[in-house]
Amino acid sequence: MKFDQPAGTNPIDRLQVVGKPHTRVDGPLKTTGQAHYAFERGAEMPNAAYGWIVPAAIARGTIASMDTDAARKAPGVLAVVTAKEAGKLGLGKYNTAPLLGGPQIDHYHQAIAVVVAETLEQARAAAALVRVDYNRSEGKFDLAQALKTAPLHPEKKGGPEENRVGNFEQAFAAAPVTLDAHYSVPDQSHSMIEPHASIAAWDGDKVTVLTSNQMIAWGHGDLATTLNLPKEKVRIDSPFIGGGFGGKLFLRTDAVLAALGAKAAGRPVKVALPRPVVPNNTTHRPATHQHIRIGCERDGTITAIAHESGSGNLPDGDPETAVNQTELLYAGANRLTSMRLAELHLPEGNSMRAPGEAPGMMALEIAMDEMAEKLGMDPVAFRIKNDTQVDPAKPERKFSQRQLIECLRQGADRFGWAKRNAKPGQVRDGRWLVGMGMAAAFRNHLALPSGARVRLEKNGIVTVETDMTDIGTGSYTILGQTAAEMLGLPLEKVKVTLGDSAHPVSSGSGGQFGAGSSTSGVYAACVKLREAVAQKLGYNAETVVFEDGRVRDGNRSVPLTEVAQGGAIEAEDTMQWGDLNKTFQQSTFGAHFVEVGVDAYTGVTRVRRMLAVCAAGRILNPVTARSQVIGAMTMGVGGALMEELAVDTRFGLFANHDLAGYEVPVHADIPHQEVVFLDEVDDKANPLKAKGVGELGLCGVGAAVANAMYNATGVRLRDYPMTMDKHLDRLPAIA
Amino acid sequence: MRAFTYERAKDPVAAARAVAANPGARFLAGGTNLVDLMKIQVETPTHLVDVQDLGFDKIEATPEGGLRIGALVSNTALAADERIRRDYGLVTRATVAGASGQLRNKATTAGNLLQRTRCPYFYDTNLPCNKRRPGSGCSAIGGYSRQLAVVGTSDACIATHPSDMAIAMRALDAVVETVNAEGQTRAIPIADFHRLPGDTPHIETALATGELITAVTLPKPIGGTHVYEKVRDRSSYAFAVVSVAAVIQPDGSGRVAVGGVAPKPWRMSEAEAALPQGAKAVTTRLFAEARPTEHNRFKLALVERTLAGVLHETRTA
Repeated sequence: MKFDQPAGTNPIDRLQVVGKPHTRVDGPLKTTGQAHYAFERGAEMPNAAYGWIVPAAIARGTIASMDTDAARKAPGVLAVVTAKEAGKLGLGKYNTAPLLGGPQIDHYHQAIAVVVAETLEQARAAAALVRVDYNRSEGKFDLAQALKTAPLHPEKKGGPEENRVGNFEQAFAAAPVTLDAHYSVPDQSHSMIEPHASIAAWDGDKVTVLTSNQMIAWGHGDLATTLNLPKEKVRIDSPFIGGGFGGKLFLRTDAVLAALGAKAAGRPVKVALPRPVVPNNTTHRPATHQHIRIGCERDGTITAIAHESGSGNLPDGDPETAVNQTELLYAGANRLTSMRLAELHLPEGNSMRAPGEAPGMMALEIAMDEMAEKLGMDPVAFRIKNDTQVDPAKPERKFSQRQLIECLRQGADRFGWAKRNAKPGQVRDGRWLVGMGMAAAFRNHLALPSGARVRLEKNGIVTVETDMTDIGTGSYTILGQTAAEMLGLPLEKVKVTLGDSAHPVSSGSGGQFGAGSSTSGVYAACVKLREAVAQKLGYNAETVVFEDGRVRDGNRSVPLTEVAQGGAIEAEDTMQWGDLNKTFQQSTFGAHFVEVGVDAYTGVTRVRRMLAVCAAGRILNPVTARSQVIGAMTMGVGGALMEELAVDTRFGLFANHDLAGYEVPVHADIPHQEVVFLDEVDDKANPLKAKGVGELGLCGVGAAVANAMYNATGVRLRDYPMTMDKHLDRLPAIA
Repeated sequence: MRAFTYERAKDPVAAARAVAANPGARFLAGGTNLVDLMKIQVETPTHLVDVQDLGFDKIEATPEGGLRIGALVSNTALAADERIRRDYGLVTRATVAGASGQLRNKATTAGNLLQRTRCPYFYDTNLPCNKRRPGSGCSAIGGYSRQLAVVGTSDACIATHPSDMAIAMRALDAVVETVNAEGQTRAIPIADFHRLPGDTPHIETALATGELITAVTLPKPIGGTHVYEKVRDRSSYAFAVVSVAAVIQPDGSGRVAVGGVAPKPWRMSEAEAALPQGAKAVTTRLFAEARPTEHNRFKLALVERTLAGVLHETRTA
């Protein structure tokens, strides 16, 4: 099916199952330990041995020599695989650096060997016996230094180096009120609870890998490429995933080492990345240095806006696209956005939840707060004044839906924004300086082709099969709801199977595109199944109705349980996308409101309450959607107040590479969250009329916290994370 | 983790003897720090002597009017003890500010004093660290040092001691009781228990090889208002950026020990003498010899402001 014109009325609009607050169908499995994650699936691959990674001890250079004799002779060791034993491996389409290094080393903790033994303890001990001599090379590890000579990087390959509308410089120079400020967001680590893990087993020349991966088709293709195998010889399966946040979008070394180890050992092999290896071995959100300039008329009309961002990456890596939202969020006749990309030899930078918009909004929405203050305007009113209903660069291009103003107004009302004292540093509660801040939320809506197979079983159960993943988001539940709605069944009558590369290729989970895309794939397959059922019954496919467990056409009606008694009926389809995403700008919007207390003595900031108002099309399930948003808000607090991969520019690595050194919020940091979804249906988005919320909930949170801190203290911070040391010397004097 | 042998000791002198006789041997109590470090081969003992059966798990009154806390009393039991809560509130407040409920159930009083530093370079066996590999150099100096020490450091090491409980014990003049392989006992004042790094940062305490902690004794209660203020980037389950343990008397005199700033709990009598003059006077003396890095210089002001908050609250309490 191709979605190339706005959705009309369809069976989803009945909203008997879709839109209802079903708790997640996989919840009982997860709370009783019956949802088995990759490393726990040993029963499916009996007699698995354990593989332990040997990570490179240098950031850049070559292996001069490697002595694996002691490791090979250690108790229980079955095999040691280095690049030499592995032979020439392919480089996956979505990988920047090889997943098994040697002799060249591309980054710190790049895998250079796997040691396979009977037990995990034996493998770990033997891995420590591998002796490696390196020839170190000089590398570039200092972003600020590297950006001084970094070239501009076009947003689209072959496109302009800068995106310009009107004449920014002239308008900025002429503007009566201007802001010119620099912001920074550090490197961040996904820090999902389940580290990367895989079990691999070979059957002749075919390999099966049970793994933890958000994008099955990407991982499947890249594992085949890496192992130089045709895709048909490779299967990966990932039904349960303990969080990803973008860190599991790509094939990573656990799957490769498990496959290579299993081949060498001649039996199944399990590999999990040890937590202290995860931050440097895998990907991270690249740090950004951002420069924002805004020029306004005295009435608050933006006349000029520029957002320039610099980030770094390994050779052939991509920039962090932190300027995206600035091209679309606010009006303004004269505009400039650009990115610089510096070559760095730190580990590979790549997508982390809301890549681009998350750090971009962290900067832009502080700038908007600063500008509002310069204008003497309320920050909510300033944003409303500069709303645009069209793409500012192409005014003929409207937003499919844009309820930013409604989000801002509702948020302000619900949060008690009117009680905020616009003058900073005025509200005191005991030892706490109290402030309120807000930010807009913005994240583009993306759609990827997504396929599914649905089958009406003999017993009337409907089975959904797709390689879509559930990374804790609720995919099982919303895909079940979609099929149930389409076929007039209760949710309990649908069985959803995910994450298997043998299933039809879906969008996968990432970029907030999973919910809208994968439910559309199931919708397309269900449309075909409805047609097949109608045809079997001799009903008119145009007028047939599926409801209350029955199929009806006029005054004819049959229970669905009877339709397939003679044999299951199966249908498969893939949702393809037309150009509605080009003719309309499709985005999600919201508003974040935060109240913080800043300890007047220690400068420590603690969030007191948070509110998000979101407008993201139809909300398929308010329970799982809320769960997504509160999780994102929590991650936003982490980015605002504590998360930073500390770069050691001498050794070329992230020094705080475990969960004691890289702090993320704990429950005590998040006392109160409220989420509101506006009623919205976006018929330009997909047949479900739904968009994603999992990243929208993050975009803007950091800035709302930062703006609340400023309102509390009167000290403006522009560098994340906003720890006490950044403002301690500027806080009001203590008694 | 390297392979090791294991025994469960039946009496303290035998335990001390087993460790003294074997250069690769270590005592094992709760294991919450040692076992983690063994997994990443920062610690590589060849033999473990498990002391959990030795019965040092009681808190008893001393003839002097204080309390004798068995070395194996868990952090949870210590913090919850009615006498500790009533007379030594500082110990409860500091102890519950550390780790998590699960860890405190397992971690012991003696083990808490013997925690190794949380310096990130100590944890990464690819990098030089004088504490982990004597003579290899200090990666933290000139590196990522925001969490590290500002005072009591040396050119060989700028690590901090991570314990919260130890800061309270230092403020209360606890005494560490030990027994050795010959059955001799000694009492080490907490002030002398932890060593400054100097040229030998791998030697962290006054304990001799095979010397086993049997108890930590608190002198009789000193009254006053007990405050433990732990400053950290998140609300729980984080090591202190800095911490201030204070016992303030009605006349404004008192005691102050500071955590997160030095290789040992940091306390100076001349600084305490300045308490009536306020936080700045105290911290000026505490940090007279400070040598902060550019990353952690803020700790000097942070301690001063934290102490000012503590003094303000005790005055208005």
